[in-house]
Amino acid sequence: MTKQRRESAAADARSLGQDAWERLCANRMAQLGGVLFIVITLLCLIGPILSSQTSAETNLAYGAQPPSADHWFGTDDLGRDIFVRTLTGGRISIGVGFAATFVALIIGLPYGALAGYFAGRTDTIMMRFVDALYALPFTIIVVLLTTFLGRSVWLIFLAIGAVEWLTMARIVRGQTRALRKLAYIDAAKVNGVSHLKILRRHILPNCLGPIIVYTTLTIPAVILLESVLSFLGLGVQPPMSSWGVLINEGAKKIDIYPWQLIFPALFFSLTLFALNFIGDGLRDALDPKGTK
Amino acid sequence: MLTHIARRFLQAIPTLWLIATLTFLLLYLAPGGPFDEEKPVAPEIKEQIEAHYGLNLPLHQQYFRFMGNLLHGELGPSYKYAGWNVDEIIRQSFPVSLELGGFALLIALVIGIPIGVFAALRHGRLSESFLMSFAMIGICLPAFVLGPLLLLVFSSALSWFNPLGWSVASDRVLPALTLGLFYAAYIARLSRSGMLDVIQQDYIRTARAKGLTESRIVNIHALRTALYPVVAYLGPAIAGLISGSFVVETIFFIPGLGQFFVNSAFNRDYTLVMGTVLFYAVLILLFNLLVDLLQMWMNPRTRND
Repeated sequence: MTKQRRESAAADARSLGQDAWERLCANRMAQLGGVLFIVITLLCLIGPILSSQTSAETNLAYGAQPPSADHWFGTDDLGRDIFVRTLTGGRISIGVGFAATFVALIIGLPYGALAGYFAGRTDTIMMRFVDALYALPFTIIVVLLTTFLGRSVWLIFLAIGAVEWLTMARIVRGQTRALRKLAYIDAAKVNGVSHLKILRRHILPNCLGPIIVYTTLTIPAVILLESVLSFLGLGVQPPMSSWGVLINEGAKKIDIYPWQLIFPALFFSLTLFALNFIGDGLRDALDPKGTK
Repeated sequence: MLTHIARRFLQAIPTLWLIATLTFLLLYLAPGGPFDEEKPVAPEIKEQIEAHYGLNLPLHQQYFRFMGNLLHGELGPSYKYAGWNVDEIIRQSFPVSLELGGFALLIALVIGIPIGVFAALRHGRLSESFLMSFAMIGICLPAFVLGPLLLLVFSSALSWFNPLGWSVASDRVLPALTLGLFYAAYIARLSRSGMLDVIQQDYIRTARAKGLTESRIVNIHALRTALYPVVAYLGPAIAGLISGSFVVETIFFIPGLGQFFVNSAFNRDYTLVMGTVLFYAVLILLFNLLVDLLQMWMNPRTRND
């Protein structure tokens, strides 16, 4: 009896999270994206270990070979296996994607929350600064930042994060501004809760939806940005490689060795495809407005 | 309306000042200078060159000199392209980027809006998933993959177009497609969600109840509101499109402005960096203003802000 009642109560009072999860599960494209992304990530993590080839193994006599049973994706001019190179490059690309998004989150979240919460002149000054950075062409910022910071992987995602936090700050600020005038925030203030605690306990949890969505959509944007940097020659330096580096090498030889472009580009585009669909699915799930 | 425009112009001044100052500091702090060559010249010569351009002065003097020149509307001579002034470089390469960006914008709008609107009207059906997957491919194929692929198919295999250059009219096609398809895909997504929002409004139901034809409902009643998000996106998008793309210009060997955004920073060509940054910033501010005005015209409710 009690058990039954508890079950029915649970069915009535479903949390927003459960609701969102169900909507996400009903979204075919998001599911496809999720599975695809997990498969690609696992392949990148495990594939190179299982393969008999290593990415740095060169075989000059062998040269560039089209795809075969030995080398599924063919080899590059130095005789390196493209399959292994694509997977190890994926580790860097996906890793940079997550790390730089984390940097953007670390800077953008507190910045936007403070600007939105304190409003008034603080907000004007802080957001005018963001506006000014927005109007700087990003290639120039990134080129200058990479010369500052050097060209190691760690610093590349710092540079990308330093560009990507702007939008994050704007989104968090907008959400915070919408919440700060609500009665329960006033109630918290009257009760003597500190600003910091109001932000942490009452404001941020309520902006979580848009933050999660935007964070998911930032990861593919960052992976794309990293590949643009590789195009400029500022990306990951050899012997390491990323999808951007491989695509860039492949694009130069597309007339003679098309497989050098096609396979890395395929993995790259599929990953972006998957992440974007997950992000879209999350947006529809967390913000039911406009979905039906 | 006029006061609004005037206020926006006044607000642009501190923003531009901040941008110029940030750029100046970034350039000053970045290691290396415009006259660091791989084969170093004699230190005395380098000193003389730097003295000629005022680079040996202390920070604040350099800054005021720089800003003073800017206030007189002088962008100064390029440090790397000897004999060229920065405004001459911009004036010569901007028309190319403007033309390329204009075509790309046309492609983006002509492809993007119909796809998005059509997908929204087919919401929940297979054709919607198909169209939006197609749009997603456009977003996930970066220019440096799309460009070489287009070249491979239409230039190497079919030889319909020249692989590079900017001399005959048909040279515009592949670069404009490479540049425009990403924007087309993005606009398709924006117009789809805009249309989805509008189509469930009460006034659309009223229009249906009045017995209007579906095409009249979509074209006259829904489209204007549905395109707000697209119009808002057009400000930064147009500024980005017409200021040139380094990637597209490199792939197709086009003498546009985009290459200078990257090369000037690599070369530490201080005046050229400052010139391109400010030019881009002015474009952004200008198109954001135009878009705001367009939105006010489209939606009277935003006029009181």
